[in-house]
Amino acid sequence: MASTLTDSHAHVSAHVPAHVPGDPQHHRSLQHHFETLEQQKDASTLGMWLFLVTEIMFFGGLFTTYVVYRSKWPLAFMEASHSLSWKLGAFNTAVLIVSSLTMALAIWAAQVNRRKMQVGFLMLTMVLGLTFLGVKAVEYQDKFEHHHVPGPHFEWHEPLPEGVTSNQVEVFFSIYFIMTGLHAVHMICGIAVLGVLAFYAWKGRYDSTYYNPLECTGLYWHFVDIVWIFLFPLLYLLGAHVH
Amino acid sequence: MSEHVSSVKSYVAVFAALMVLTAATVFVANFDLGWANDVVALGIALTKAMLVLVFFMHLKHSPRATVLTAVAGFCWLAILIVMTLNDYSTRGDLQILGK
Repeated sequence: MASTLTDSHAHVSAHVPAHVPGDPQHHRSLQHHFETLEQQKDASTLGMWLFLVTEIMFFGGLFTTYVVYRSKWPLAFMEASHSLSWKLGAFNTAVLIVSSLTMALAIWAAQVNRRKMQVGFLMLTMVLGLTFLGVKAVEYQDKFEHHHVPGPHFEWHEPLPEGVTSNQVEVFFSIYFIMTGLHAVHMICGIAVLGVLAFYAWKGRYDSTYYNPLECTGLYWHFVDIVWIFLFPLLYLLGAHVH
Repeated sequence: MSEHVSSVKSYVAVFAALMVLTAATVFVANFDLGWANDVVALGIALTKAMLVLVFFMHLKHSPRATVLTAVAGFCWLAILIVMTLNDYSTRGDLQILGK
């Protein structure tokens, strides 16, 4: 069986040249199991979306946890949310939105065959991602210093409304750290992938005929942005009008 | 279909809309509107998510199978949240002893 396959392959390659410059049917990035580059691109974006669906459910479980506990203890969530800096949260939201723009423009640069611009936008996206993580680190440090991290060292000294306990506030911070932590892990992975892409973009691997890795990474990056778009109002803005 | 190239202008317009909506959500949070605070915040977040999905994630120019996959994902998320809340919000309603 194996030899039959090898023979037929040899038969085909004897008649069809491995690479014809300018012929999209024999593009260097076209995998042999796809007919055309367009079919290959549609297949990879569909596959990426299937992965993103699992990501929606991954974060979805945590959003559900948030909804259940917040409907149970709305006042505790308001008090806890008020201790977060909405200014840093808003700044980070803006940083991520700008990074989504630069990611979209990196793909645009590939589509119009601007290699250096492509690398520039990818690097800019990475820098913005790192800026986000830097601000996040400052916020986490502040939470550690104030003993707002859930666990044996959790302390809450602010006055609480009638019926609200510090344990309920602690639950908010558990959800806060798990959700923003998981989001930050996704950012770190995204930045690492962007680094690899920037390297290959510099080598000239992506142009208007082939940029699937950019497109798929873009989908991932924008998805992580969408998660934050929901996290920002749900975590940071609940207590803006209480005090 | 997948050959579509969106203009820089359209990307910048979407970006500007996202920034304005972010400012709007921060502004509205300063007023005590009761339950309406959540409705407005989620409405703005959903609008922002739609803008990112349709324009930045190119769903506008994607094959139907891709759009269907994306929509299906969010439908399952809605089922997860609605059915879970359906359970939690009605616990104890039947007054069954030992539950």
